[in-house]
Amino acid sequence: MTLVAAVGGDAALVFVEIGVVALVLAVLARLAGHLGITAIPFYLLAGLAVGEGGIAPLDVSAEFISLTAEIGVLLLLLTLGLEYTADELRQGLRGGLAPGALDAAANFIPGLAAGLLLGWDTTTAVLLGGVCWISSSGVVAKVLADLDRLGNRETPAVLNLLVIEDLAMAAYLPVVAALVTGRDLADTAVTVCIALAAVALVLNVALRWGVRLSAVLAPASDEALLLAVFGLTLLVGGLAEKVQVSAAIGAFLVGLALSGPVQARAGALVEPLRDLFAATFFLFFSFQIDPRDLPGAIVPAAALAVVTGAGKLVSGRAAARPLGVGPRGRLRAGTALIARGEFSIVIAALGAGTENGDELGALAAAYVLLTAVAGPLAAKYADRLPLPARRAPTTPTSSVGPGVS
Amino acid sequence: MPEVTEIRLPGVGVRHEYATSDGERVGVVSHRSGRREIVVYDRDDPDTCRFILHLSPEDTRTLAELLGAPHLSEALTSVQRIEGLAIDWITLPEGSPFVGSTIGEGRFRTQTGASIVAVIRRDTPLLSPGPEHRFQAGDVSVAVGTPEGLAQLRQLLSG
Repeated sequence: MTLVAAVGGDAALVFVEIGVVALVLAVLARLAGHLGITAIPFYLLAGLAVGEGGIAPLDVSAEFISLTAEIGVLLLLLTLGLEYTADELRQGLRGGLAPGALDAAANFIPGLAAGLLLGWDTTTAVLLGGVCWISSSGVVAKVLADLDRLGNRETPAVLNLLVIEDLAMAAYLPVVAALVTGRDLADTAVTVCIALAAVALVLNVALRWGVRLSAVLAPASDEALLLAVFGLTLLVGGLAEKVQVSAAIGAFLVGLALSGPVQARAGALVEPLRDLFAATFFLFFSFQIDPRDLPGAIVPAAALAVVTGAGKLVSGRAAARPLGVGPRGRLRAGTALIARGEFSIVIAALGAGTENGDELGALAAAYVLLTAVAGPLAAKYADRLPLPARRAPTTPTSSVGPGVS
Repeated sequence: MPEVTEIRLPGVGVRHEYATSDGERVGVVSHRSGRREIVVYDRDDPDTCRFILHLSPEDTRTLAELLGAPHLSEALTSVQRIEGLAIDWITLPEGSPFVGSTIGEGRFRTQTGASIVAVIRRDTPLLSPGPEHRFQAGDVSVAVGTPEGLAQLRQLLSG
């Protein structure tokens, strides 16, 4: 019974505690489903409640939960990689670099600046920039589907921007992983170069050899395929971590490498597993937050949410404009992108060991709570928001005028 | 046929769009999961849809049948790529000698080498009919074989 050994102490009590927590999460997930929003904010609140200083502190071995949480991150990134085909990535890279760069400038820089203004060290500020930068592709894709916007003209622009952001993560994560572990500047620079070279190499290999890998896995039964994909993800993730590229990126690349029917099957098989482990990850993240840090985090989080919410409006506008989308559609594109979620938490979790890591954790949790709830709402009511009047007459499609939808 | 534009939706699937002869813009969103959505764009604001129909894979087949494109053809196009193999749709006329007899009794494969892979009766396809399938006038037999074999089969069935 190695599991029980890992849990340590009284296994019966641990099972009861984990069982109760899982049931609470189940209720929260249902509630979120009813409200039509993502469950991530609820998981974060639940984590706060059971954490130290919360209303019902748990005394489960942190080692056990942290391992499941780490696996949750890997599976989140794996399923993200499984979302896209190699062709979609190439196409996204071709047309999306300019809006992608603007997106980074309009969202990463305010986060970075806020971190520096708060007097944090540079590494933590860079992490906060990342927290603000990456939209939650899970939430955004779900919002677009739920609001029946998949047919809309601005939608490909939004989805392409998500592809670019996710690819940018592939470069950003190893860089910050190196920053977090790095000692002096020269050392960090070397680590970053190695990390980026490794990512470029593996990405190339994944795109080129993915078809062959998928062909090898294709005849496997569901059970064998699940185990193979899970094993491959942990293996590549672990090796990536060994060379300081960040395990999450290894998992992302495994997802990218799988293609064709295997991609769809693996996605369907891993999804329930991901939901389970990812819930643990969100729970564990806020489990570690000291509730006393929260009040101080709320004001900067709200300010950041407003600034970077506007930042996403800029991104959405820039991405949708080349497709000939009118002002109304550009606003819809921007509001759809406001929600931050899983990746902001993944990035913030990297900073757990840094000097201002605790404050970053509290700020990121508050920020994700705000944007993950406000983003989908803004997207829903985007058609009723007033348009800036001076922009309306510039395009022929705006003949409808503000307020008519 | 009007020009159909294809737009990729990364992570979701693909969307095809075209304008009808009335000038309506119509799109079909094909999800990777097999779900489909039919959308009709707003004439005033072409960025939004004013009508959306959600279809499960089964609904899609039904609708395709109703619109007059037997979904069967999709599966059969792959067969058509095989060298020397042909497909034919043969309607059984009122006066055919095989009205009322079964596929087995006709001994079609023995005589012509062609196989009847489906029978479409009043727009409902019956896939892989057994030798016990009894023909009615108006049944459309979908047969696969060599072009010569299919010509012979057509002659037999038409009487």
